[in-house]
Amino acid sequence: MLNGLDQFLAASAQALDLRARRSEVLASNIANADTPGYKARDFDFAAQLRAALSGADTGHGAIAMQRTSPRHLEAPAPASPAVDLKYRVPVQSSIDGNTVETDSELAQFSDNALRYQADITFLSSQIRMLQAAVAA
Amino acid sequence: MSLWNVFTIASSALTAQSQRLNVVASNLANAESAASSDGAAYTAKQVVFSATPVSADAQAMGVRVTAVVDDPSPPRLAYDPKNPLADAKGYVAMPNVNVVEEMTNMISASRAYQTNLDMMNTAKTLLLRTLTLGQ
Repeated sequence: MLNGLDQFLAASAQALDLRARRSEVLASNIANADTPGYKARDFDFAAQLRAALSGADTGHGAIAMQRTSPRHLEAPAPASPAVDLKYRVPVQSSIDGNTVETDSELAQFSDNALRYQADITFLSSQIRMLQAAVAA
Repeated sequence: MSLWNVFTIASSALTAQSQRLNVVASNLANAESAASSDGAAYTAKQVVFSATPVSADAQAMGVRVTAVVDDPSPPRLAYDPKNPLADAKGYVAMPNVNVVEEMTNMISASRAYQTNLDMMNTAKTLLLRTLTLGQ
């Protein structure tokens, strides 16, 4: 049952995690808008989400077991899957080799933030649904 | 949690941009600091930005000022024989500060500062929403 519960929430949770990661990547782009030679990066959200969901149960977000003796078994926390970052193709490249276009990056960042909030709303309603089922 | 990194990234950019603003301010303040033509006039300073990873996986890049370099262009010689610093030919060395360039630099820095602040605010909103998850 717990597995079913996990699967019920997995899609929204993974989407939320990827949205957070994308906001981090876009934030890096915006922060480096004036850094010479910096190349703007992003990733294909749909492809990454598909990959993350097909990766099945990764035990994502788990905490590594603490060992108090070297003879204890090791249980490292599963690393969150690295996203496949690609370089953005600039519309107008600048002479210092920087490919960040602040306006489009900011648009993407706002879009991403809005979708993050939408994901939270979906996840919240899923949780409420489960709570209603428990209370019934 | 990746959203915390947005704070780190944005604050690194805020620090870097405010440092750039500081340099612009000192350039503009010294735009008219004359020196004798053989003495050293004030030289314009420029910041050098470089991307720096903020987390172990090197996917999140902040920004850092790695150096403050002197503008290599020669001092501007102004003909002003009345000036006590003027040499035998009546020339005074003025700093190589290009005021128009510095003003453009200032606007660019302040816009970048605002953008990063906006980004920080958005990240804060998202984190606050995340805290209310399931309520």
